[in-house]
Amino acid sequence: MLNTSTKTPTGGFSFENTRRNAVLEANLLEKGYSAPNARKTGTTIAGLIFKDGVILGADTRATDDMVVADKNCMKIHYIAPKIYCCGAGVAADAEVTTQMMSSNVELHSLSTGRPPLVAMVTRQLKQMLFRYQGHIGSSLIVGGVDVNGAQLYSVYPHGSYDKLPFLTMGSGAASAISVFEDRYKPNMEVEEAKQLVRDAITAGIFCDLGSGSNVDLCVITEKTVDYLRGYDQPVQKGLREGTYRYKPGTTAVLTKTVTPLTLDVVDESVQVMDTE
Amino acid sequence: MNTRGLRSQLKDSVPVTGLCPQAGPYGVQDSLRRGFSSVKNELLPSHPLELSEKNFQLNQDKMNFNTLRNIQGLHAPLKLQMEYRAARQIQRLPFLPSSNLALDTLRGSDDTIGFEDILNDPIQSEMMGDPHIMTEYKLGIL
Repeated sequence: MLNTSTKTPTGGFSFENTRRNAVLEANLLEKGYSAPNARKTGTTIAGLIFKDGVILGADTRATDDMVVADKNCMKIHYIAPKIYCCGAGVAADAEVTTQMMSSNVELHSLSTGRPPLVAMVTRQLKQMLFRYQGHIGSSLIVGGVDVNGAQLYSVYPHGSYDKLPFLTMGSGAASAISVFEDRYKPNMEVEEAKQLVRDAITAGIFCDLGSGSNVDLCVITEKTVDYLRGYDQPVQKGLREGTYRYKPGTTAVLTKTVTPLTLDVVDESVQVMDTE
Repeated sequence: MNTRGLRSQLKDSVPVTGLCPQAGPYGVQDSLRRGFSSVKNELLPSHPLELSEKNFQLNQDKMNFNTLRNIQGLHAPLKLQMEYRAARQIQRLPFLPSSNLALDTLRGSDDTIGFEDILNDPIQSEMMGDPHIMTEYKLGIL
């Protein structure tokens, strides 16, 4: 197609290939194959407000349909010095969304001259996700401490949000929320709260196929932020009991034929290299 | 001037089946500028976000001007639109990318990062518009 465009190009999403992709998918479907899917994180993420602040927890498995794509990925992303965000859903979308949010928050707080508010992060996230009508498939839990205290928000891919004292999201959310609903109390101590989040994520790891590997925790208080990567490893790879190598001579040799290949030197030439 | 005037600038140019077969100035397919016509092209759905993204900036401006008019009176959007118009005229040659810094500052998007800054940055695009054709289009000769 003649590509003499008379308009100035703009940035952002380009929808040029949507028709081509639709045709390709239809063709593949006729033959019985399915188009490749975006890699999802198939996650368990959780957040909880305790006496001094907020604890965010996540598992570390990323799945590609039914195959584990990454055994130790980081799902707790940095947004601001006292604000972190766990991302579930499509891995790339969650990653890019949180990176963009982090840059925007930095610019905004430079512009206002004040430390950022968790509510501001939530608002920008939900406005952006609503603009794209759920096509950006990232569900996020935003937690942090600002001048208004410790806060926890969850944002869904279509742009709705909730503000609650404890939250879970991802494919393992049901398992994790059951642990929270059973044992959550307001104003818990640090160690008790860390144990509870760890138990919730572990429930997601064991009861959900899309979550696995380790538990990451992030404890945010007014004074400190503790990013505990690999806080707990409930699922260890098993040790092999024996060796599975065959001893030489296991397979009996029945026949043996030797065919010698005689090679004659036909031509010999020397080429000098320019090694200067 | 009312904000309804902005509606004339809205682009509903995603092809709809049978209604507007990419007609040029003479009413037939403009092969030079839009390429060959293809029924398949116009039957398949484009992305649901394509139209809303094309008009997003315009819709945002419309909404903001309406709110401003309701709060501060007619003079506020009038003055702002005058400034937007002036800032929009500060451009380089038609085929060269302009930073649009004045326009961005007026809109307040000079301290935000969106997908239009990360993806498909026009400054880094591999294809450049043909200088002659773009200048002639701008001058109205083409």
